[in-house]
Amino acid sequence: MQNAAQKTQTPLTTFLLRLGDNALVLGQRHAQLCGKAPTLEEELALMNVGLDLFGQARNWLTYAAELEDEGHDADHLAFRRDAHDFRNLLLVEQPNGDFADIIGRQFLFDAWHVHLLEDLAQSSDPRIAEVAAKSLKEATYHLRRSSQWVMRLGDGTEESHARMQRAVNNLWQFTGEMLQADEIDQAMQEADIAPSPERLASRWKATVEEVFQQATLERPPYDAWMYTGGKVGHHTEHLGFLLAEMQYLPRAYPDATVW
Amino acid sequence: MQPSGNHPSSSTQAWPSSDLIGTDRSGLPPAGDEGDINAVLAVLQEVPDPEVPVVSVVELGIVRDIQWIDSRLAVSVTPTYSGCPATEVIEQHIYEALVAAGYPNPLIQRRLSPAWTTDWLTEAGREKLHAYGIAPPVGSASKRSLTGHSDPVVPCPLCGSKATERVSEFGSTACKALYRCRDCLEPFDYFKCL
Repeated sequence: MQNAAQKTQTPLTTFLLRLGDNALVLGQRHAQLCGKAPTLEEELALMNVGLDLFGQARNWLTYAAELEDEGHDADHLAFRRDAHDFRNLLLVEQPNGDFADIIGRQFLFDAWHVHLLEDLAQSSDPRIAEVAAKSLKEATYHLRRSSQWVMRLGDGTEESHARMQRAVNNLWQFTGEMLQADEIDQAMQEADIAPSPERLASRWKATVEEVFQQATLERPPYDAWMYTGGKVGHHTEHLGFLLAEMQYLPRAYPDATVW
Repeated sequence: MQPSGNHPSSSTQAWPSSDLIGTDRSGLPPAGDEGDINAVLAVLQEVPDPEVPVVSVVELGIVRDIQWIDSRLAVSVTPTYSGCPATEVIEQHIYEALVAAGYPNPLIQRRLSPAWTTDWLTEAGREKLHAYGIAPPVGSASKRSLTGHSDPVVPCPLCGSKATERVSEFGSTACKALYRCRDCLEPFDYFKCL
């Protein structure tokens, strides 16, 4: 696949791809659960959260495509890029596993997402500010739901506690890159487009600690060894399989105008 | 189908942008002649929300602006949720209703800011939801209502009992939560505060 996007990427478009790809990939993880959730109510909830994320992804990727000015749209960025062109966090591409894995992944992401969006709603870039303000309402509600589930499972039965703790322990190694600033994050901060990563990190930690305490979960150490690379396109093996499924149809029928 | 504004920003900004949750309660802004606007509103009043057909797009509070740009009618519509799958359908229905009412080639613009809030549901809209069996939002939208720190008592729309409980944060659509009445034992949708 030709990679036209690379030519025109600026720190801002890369930043937008990160935002859009996080929402898109996590939304697709939810879509994969359609028909497979543990209960009907949770099925509805998971699909609605996924739907919110897809809507947010479209808003971010539409803006990214406009700035790249290559004549592409959000669909092109979603369906015609390969795994190494995706800029999402490793956390969101992790497989669904059991319900504790799904909830743990969602909570660790939501706790970061909400605080990020709170600051992006004040961004110096008005387009980012309005998309973030819209997304923030949805993400706040997501965090409410995922926090309550973490508490219910963590402070539930012996089995649910053990599974929730195991999920947290497994996912923890993917949280480092959320809090670690690179040159893109620095550039966004200097332009007042995005918050300082340190500020974001301290609020994420506060939310995680508060919920884990109520959930009677043990928090793994912050200085644990962390996987990184998602933000620069070095992904775990899981992303390729997810994209293959998600992109199959539009790639198989590239000339289709309606599908 | 008229290609509607595909990107979420809009060229016309009639409101100060609000970055706070659910605090903006401004009504429809004055733009153009009042009689003309009322005529357009009367047309839009007949366009139902596809997922909650008992309320119109006007009662839902998603019609945000009506004006004329060089004698072409321009209507701004805001999505309820970022991923609301009805967004395009609603825009298409509004376009078709306006064309049928004699407005040639109306411009339908999508506007994200300020973000939609259930505070914009009209009184008539709330009553219709209730009569339809959907509990309307209780109180006004705030960060506390979203985080669950101030969960309201949601009366059962069927029997009026206040002995109700939430079954799930999400109901049949993103804008609703699922509740259950402990008195009449019926499940019902609650149009949650946003």
